[in-house]
Amino acid sequence: MPDLTLAPRSALGGTEPRIDQIGGITLTERPDIALASLAARRGKAPALDKAIAPLLGAALPDISASSGAGDIRAFWTGPDQWILRAPYGSHEDLAAQVKSAVGNAGSVTEQSDAWAGFSLMGDDLTGVLELLARVDPASLRDGTALRSQIHHIGCFLICESALSELLIFGPRSSAASLHHALISAIRSAESLRPAPSQS
Amino acid sequence: MLIPHPLLGPRDSAEFTYLGDASLIARPDGMSDGADEAFYDYLYLRDNPAGIHRELWFHEQGDRSWLVVTRNTLTHEILGAELARDVAMAQRNTPEAKA
Repeated sequence: MPDLTLAPRSALGGTEPRIDQIGGITLTERPDIALASLAARRGKAPALDKAIAPLLGAALPDISASSGAGDIRAFWTGPDQWILRAPYGSHEDLAAQVKSAVGNAGSVTEQSDAWAGFSLMGDDLTGVLELLARVDPASLRDGTALRSQIHHIGCFLICESALSELLIFGPRSSAASLHHALISAIRSAESLRPAPSQS
Repeated sequence: MLIPHPLLGPRDSAEFTYLGDASLIARPDGMSDGADEAFYDYLYLRDNPAGIHRELWFHEQGDRSWLVVTRNTLTHEILGAELARDVAMAQRNTPEAKA
């Protein structure tokens, strides 16, 4: 057996997740999240809700919302469709876990390698959000999940904590473009922020 | 231009792509008698009304649902939007109804 020493690379090509600190805002690459899509089969939505409850510890989320009590959390992506996420280290086989839980009530696909995740953290992300997406920052609540466009890239936006922590997933093949868009918006928003008074 | 998405509320029309006449939902059965004639109608013959028009829009940069949007072609006023799957289900239950 050859001794394989393959090092995983993040979506931006690094061996470590990229972290950018600009002003009061931190942008962190998140390769540590496993994703799986879940769709209810025709007429099976109630059965699916019941089947997923032990894994999720909650009901599947309603429109534009998130749910979940433990490591595995879900967010709404469309009618009868959701994405589940969990820490990659402990749930590398998330799709298989979900599939074995839901049986033929739902269809599951592995999505971890399809998306590049970024965490956006700061005291107030209103300015950045206004520049980034067609989203009304005032309408965001903890757990709000939206699909929108950033820099012509279709992305998921999930509010971990409204206006202070945002999780963004964009297509992995556009990771560098999305990162560029996020950095540009953060720089612009931070440069417009009034400087702290010198008193 | 805003489209009143039945699930997500008012959304910018730039998030949507346009397909065409909502009668495209009522695709004929290709195995039935007279399928040639039915598909000729389905593919090529369209009403082109000056006024109220029902049409299919896709929320591509959103929840990816298909909508049936009612629009006035004279004023571009959007009069309503419903989920295309609800329209299709209703049609299946009453096959004689046309979109």
